[in-house]
Amino acid sequence: MRRPVRDHEDSARRINRRALFMGGCMAATMAVLAGRMRYLGIDQSDTFSLLAEQNRVNIQLLPPARGLIVDRNGKLIAGNEQTYRVVITREGAGDVNLVLNRLSHLIPLTEGDMARVLKDIDRNASFVPIPVADRVTWEEFSRVSLNAPALPGVTPDVGLSRLYPRDTDFAHVVGYVGPVSEKDLAEIENPDPVLNIPKFQIGKIGVEKWEEDVLRGSAGNRKIEVNHVGRIMRELDRTEGKSGADLTLTLDADVQNFLQVRLGDQSAACIVMDVQNGDIIGAVSAPSFNPNLFVRGISNANYSALMEDDHRPLANKVVQGTYPPGSTFKVVTALSALANGQIDVDTTVYCPGYLDFRGRKFHCWKSGGHGKVDLARALAESCDVFFYDVAQRVGIDKIADMGKTMGLGQRHDLPMSAISEGNLPTKEWKQQRYKQDWRIGDTINASIGQGYVLASPLQLAVMTARVATGRQVVPRLIKAVDGIEVPAAEALPLGLETSHLDSVRSGMTQVVNGQHGTSYAARIDNDAMRMAGKSGTSQVRNISAAERETGVVTNNDLPWKSRDHALFVAYAPADAPRYAVAVVVEHGGGGSSAAAPITRDALLRVMTGALPDPMDYPESQRARIDTMLKELRLRRPDGSQPPEIKA
Amino acid sequence: MSFLEYRVKFAPTGFAKVLYVNWSLYLLVCACATIGWLMLYSISGGDMQQWAEPQMKRFGVGMVLSLAICFTPIWFWRSMSAAAYIVTFVLLLVVHFFGAVGMGAQRWIDLGFIRIQPSEFMKVSLIMMLATYYDWLEDRKVSRLIWVIVPVVLIIVPAVLVLMEPNLGTTLMLVIAGASVMFAAGVSLWYFGGVLALIGAGVAGIFFLRGTPWQLIHDYQYRRIDTFLDPSADPLGAGYNILQAKIALGSGGMAGKGFMQGTQSRLNFLPEKHTDFIFTTLGEEFGFVGEISLLTLYAAILIFLFWAAMQNKDRFSSLLLIGIAANFFLYLAVNLAMVMGMAPVVGVPLPFLSYGGSATLVLLLAFGLVQSAIVHRLR
Repeated sequence: MRRPVRDHEDSARRINRRALFMGGCMAATMAVLAGRMRYLGIDQSDTFSLLAEQNRVNIQLLPPARGLIVDRNGKLIAGNEQTYRVVITREGAGDVNLVLNRLSHLIPLTEGDMARVLKDIDRNASFVPIPVADRVTWEEFSRVSLNAPALPGVTPDVGLSRLYPRDTDFAHVVGYVGPVSEKDLAEIENPDPVLNIPKFQIGKIGVEKWEEDVLRGSAGNRKIEVNHVGRIMRELDRTEGKSGADLTLTLDADVQNFLQVRLGDQSAACIVMDVQNGDIIGAVSAPSFNPNLFVRGISNANYSALMEDDHRPLANKVVQGTYPPGSTFKVVTALSALANGQIDVDTTVYCPGYLDFRGRKFHCWKSGGHGKVDLARALAESCDVFFYDVAQRVGIDKIADMGKTMGLGQRHDLPMSAISEGNLPTKEWKQQRYKQDWRIGDTINASIGQGYVLASPLQLAVMTARVATGRQVVPRLIKAVDGIEVPAAEALPLGLETSHLDSVRSGMTQVVNGQHGTSYAARIDNDAMRMAGKSGTSQVRNISAAERETGVVTNNDLPWKSRDHALFVAYAPADAPRYAVAVVVEHGGGGSSAAAPITRDALLRVMTGALPDPMDYPESQRARIDTMLKELRLRRPDGSQPPEIKA
Repeated sequence: MSFLEYRVKFAPTGFAKVLYVNWSLYLLVCACATIGWLMLYSISGGDMQQWAEPQMKRFGVGMVLSLAICFTPIWFWRSMSAAAYIVTFVLLLVVHFFGAVGMGAQRWIDLGFIRIQPSEFMKVSLIMMLATYYDWLEDRKVSRLIWVIVPVVLIIVPAVLVLMEPNLGTTLMLVIAGASVMFAAGVSLWYFGGVLALIGAGVAGIFFLRGTPWQLIHDYQYRRIDTFLDPSADPLGAGYNILQAKIALGSGGMAGKGFMQGTQSRLNFLPEKHTDFIFTTLGEEFGFVGEISLLTLYAAILIFLFWAAMQNKDRFSSLLLIGIAANFFLYLAVNLAMVMGMAPVVGVPLPFLSYGGSATLVLLLAFGLVQSAIVHRLR
């Protein structure tokens, strides 16, 4: 087929024309593209650079090491241990089931553990390490490390966890830590970002909780470069955190252990205070529990055993338990009567064994009566009628005032959980609480620490220390923070007359050292260390008139729950007071028989700085005491628990 | 103009052909490819073996084939047009019925040692076919309806097959490149006006029929369009690619973060960073300067192509060159618009840079044809 040349040339011209047009369109498009490049790369560069940086850089918190807690002599109470755990990543493991199966031959893994791991692995990105086993032993840890080639994706990991080397001894005072819960976070304003670290431990109760801010320290951080799925590529920058400050408590670990062992499995509390500066040397609640169980995640069986025990091992009876102080409160009644001029040192009251008030009989513990008693004898022999009588004259409100002066009915500020206020009833209080008028009978009951009066062992110890010194002793638990001494508050004088205090003191000295004193059996047979104290036996049930007729049932014949609480407060040496002690044995029976011997042992322990010497006990008791002391399963000097002695 | 009219004696023969090859054009192509290898090396974190080396080998093979085509007379290739078109079309059918499914689409024939993507080859075959058609057709008949329908069918049938793979990007490129050849051949502008109006109606239909049983495109294609229209709506889902690509390009700034220093690509924030999104790494590491340089290279290549087309007196050669230029332009324009967030994400590689066998090979074959047309033009 031939075509004229002209045709061909027309066609070529048209092609050229249209090609030029197309080229123009393309040039325009490319100009738009270039404009877009300029917009993104130059005009919007800053925005996108920032976004790229945010993509790339993550900030990771480095948990600080928690501050240590040591006793007054520097013995470790709460430390940090290295814990070994085994983690696995999906991307490393490949066949997770296979690797877990192999792992189960090396470390104990239940079906439940495996199911949990598989679930967690599915839920997280493939590079996220999933803990397979927490707190594996060193042997297990090394076994896993040794078999690493057969366990792809499995890494043995080291972390820090709280450890209480003296387990039960400080459970109530120091408390324990646990992983941060949703509830904890909700309670804290502006939570520290470190709290969001998984399994980060914070104080749950006790000193660990109340000194949390001091102990926690501040988190360090590291800037890391991450890829699109968040896997760490490299570290860009690192700021080390600051470890928490170390706390020195006023407690003495050995005294604490002695008291814990001495109380044994009774439901009891004991507190020892230095009356000169308010230092709490020992504070023990029995029975106790092992705080390490809580740190490691307590099993349901263990937890319910603790919860169901009628001796309430979890309660800190020293500050939390409030008891009718019984006759120990007579100290307050006496001081308020003296201070208000209702009696003087020589005032006597006749005790026929009861007080008849408008036809109602208020009994003295001694049914035959004490006859004519003065203050010193009333205290020494714990005559109830004397105090019934003087309390009516003083009135409840004045007694309550004196109670407050002595440290009762108030919350002492200590870094411990659930500190109770106790109760000092007044007319106004009863009106508010029960919408009832105060009756004289209430005053009579309150005068001997029954009825509405409630006090904790801590408050009773403070009261004793204040009687002993005449000063406003304030309890103290934190001795130093990071080695820097916390100054003790200066104890101001109480403003009571020395003669009044002296007469109460001599009464208290007679309680233990007088031939007729209620606690004569619990005396210390060493003049340099004699103690002065006051027993208390508080009823937890009403004794009916009928029962009184037929003879009051003795404690031994009652079920445990119905027995009286035994209390004893004391200070020593009687002539130059140094230590005050308060002991409460729940449902322990008589204060003199159940609580006073413990008090004596506690005082001797702190005064001698060693296991009490049987020679300081009355001669008739020495053999028995010697046996008892030898059988105490005290912690060895290295802190370990001695083996159980087979009976 | 037919083969018989070719004044063959004016065309160079033997070793003289080497002198007539447009070596500058090949140099520009090699420059583009070199940039691609550098980027692939950088993206793999300094690993030659991962992407750069295979890509270099492919380029080498493609270059050899390209030169072979170059030294074969253009009239031979013209005579092979119909055959090439039919073979490619059959391959498309094979893919349609027996092809391997990858990335949610049926695109490849896996021969074991190489994966053939017939839709890529169709881009060249179609242009050759159309150029041959208009070379054969008398000039005065070009705008007659019956003679317009023939090339439209030649375009639409393979385009529909490719659309069914589904591969929207290549479909669009086939249609637009085919239309470009028709336009250049002189088909009346009225037809183009009419088609544009129809397209407008079609777009309206696509949006209008969404969610009904008669919806015209796949859900994922709708999502891509949505994503394109508002990438920030779903930054971790469908909009992720576009957003991360823009972050990479934008954070490059004027001069870029430096070779192998691109955090977006090295830390894997970028999707498909070695294939369709390779431009983002270039932008991140060499900045605006690098981007514009590449665009300039592409512009130079296009200028050479158009220059050659306009110089060429042979109708087949001119239309072939224009068609290939249009095709080349579509590759780069669609890809750049896509990675810069100006067009929906459709799978179109960046010519000579993106990692991948078929596209590079097809482009080199096409440039072989270009060189053949240049070498064997009437002088």
